[in-house]
Amino acid sequence: MPILEGEGVTKYFGGLAAVSNVDFHVDQGEVVGLIGPNGAGKTTLFNLITGAFAPTSGMIRFKGENITALKPYQISNRGIGRTFQPVRAFSTMSAFDNVLLGSLFGRSRNISTADARQETMRLLEFVGLEEKQMIPAEALTIGDQKLVEVARALATRPELLLLDEMMAGLNPAEVAQAMELIRRIRNEGITVFLVEHVMEAVMGISHRIMVLHHGEKIAEGIPEEIAKNRTVVEVYLGE
Amino acid sequence: MQFTGKRATYIGLLFLVLVAVAVIPFYTSAYIYIFSTTLFMYAVLAVSWNIFCGSSRYISLGSAAFFGVGIYTAAVLGDAFPLPIVIVLGGLVAFLLALVVGLSTLRLRGIYFAIFTFGFGEFLKHTVRWYEINITSTLSRWVPMTDPVITYYTMLIVLLAALLTSYIIKSSKFGFALQSIGESEEATHHMGVNVTAVKIFFFAISSTFMGLAGAIIAGRWTYINPAIAFNPVISFTVVLMVLVGGIRQMYGPLLGAAILTIIAEVLLTEFTYYYLALYGIILIAVILFLPSGLLGLFARKGVSKSGGILARFR
Repeated sequence: MPILEGEGVTKYFGGLAAVSNVDFHVDQGEVVGLIGPNGAGKTTLFNLITGAFAPTSGMIRFKGENITALKPYQISNRGIGRTFQPVRAFSTMSAFDNVLLGSLFGRSRNISTADARQETMRLLEFVGLEEKQMIPAEALTIGDQKLVEVARALATRPELLLLDEMMAGLNPAEVAQAMELIRRIRNEGITVFLVEHVMEAVMGISHRIMVLHHGEKIAEGIPEEIAKNRTVVEVYLGE
Repeated sequence: MQFTGKRATYIGLLFLVLVAVAVIPFYTSAYIYIFSTTLFMYAVLAVSWNIFCGSSRYISLGSAAFFGVGIYTAAVLGDAFPLPIVIVLGGLVAFLLALVVGLSTLRLRGIYFAIFTFGFGEFLKHTVRWYEINITSTLSRWVPMTDPVITYYTMLIVLLAALLTSYIIKSSKFGFALQSIGESEEATHHMGVNVTAVKIFFFAISSTFMGLAGAIIAGRWTYINPAIAFNPVISFTVVLMVLVGGIRQMYGPLLGAAILTIIAEVLLTEFTYYYLALYGIILIAVILFLPSGLLGLFARKGVSKSGGILARFR
């Protein structure tokens, strides 16, 4: 059962098609990877899904509901959370406050402050940041800031989590930890759709992978198929 | 709220200050309490500016528009209604105007918002001026004079209300949302906050107090025309006061208003021709050396200071 579907999703910026007639779907419980060279339209697709801007044409459905014209806060309230590339943590606010914001305004509209604080602590522990909770985000390493973003997104109680290049800039040990975190997120019942450049990571945790190039979907399949797909290899080697 | 010794001292001090301020008109000369009214007026403007602009980092240079609208409400209504009603209406008109302005301008970011608000203030001034000349033929208006003691107390009440509102908002989840909007509006929006509604509403709340202050001070200035009511220097002065005292600190605007009002009074009387230049020098010095204002110097360790005033223009 697809939790997220897109039909003919297209986005023009002036004369340039950033995303061109892309059909996609993500099934509940899956981890789907979205890869492609820089400029392929991956983050644009994420922005279209979360409502940062509207597509030029096409339709996006979440849990069967047409969410194409909705605003980001409405889409967040329906159960889609996301992280950003580059990181957009609240710099001068502590890690705790970053996550608390998500908890207070996430899907449980009338949550009490005490419950929100408890939820925040739980999530900080979930991502491993409980020791650093009082540190302002800008003083954390990039890797930790990304964890703050993940915890903050999880605080909004999403059913679908969009991760935008969570592993960019991480060393191999951190990549392994991030992959483990994604597995744990999936075990909580959250569907994950991730944009990623770190190939071993994407291949290692995705059930399925979609490849974009110049805004078009050029391949889709399980990791083994994608690794052997000639078009995909050429697109990457040719860059 | 825990009752520690520190908190008790704080509340005690607050109470003493309140009592002192409440009895000033009975123990000092008219000059002192009339000057204090001006100080309170600037404090209201600064505190209310900070309610919205301090946290959200939308730098409004249009305070004169809402302040002026309050003045004009009093000027137009004059004697028709009792003073409390006139004052409330001044605040209400400012609130409604801010809703309209907010809906159209709060899409603009950073420097564009600042310029637009400044331009709006000027636009309003010229529109009112045109209207007064061509439609009502009353370019200047006379507002019935209010007893200065009454003006003192009404302004003080509005200041206390503004401070209380500021405190309530800062400790609420919406104050938290405003702060997040200041850090990253897009991320905040994606975490489920209806940022448009939050911005417009708190911009309007902030402007309401400016309208109230205007309606009150009109009864002392008595002679009103568009240039006086919509004076752009007030828009800049208010921002400067908040910067000097400490942006985003609760008492920062109050401290800044007090310092600059006193300095201005001293400069005006001693160096009548140079005071604007000296003001300009202070502004530059504050931006260069004291970006977090005076109270920002005492900000808690471990909470990092933001990257200067220019970081506020996103």
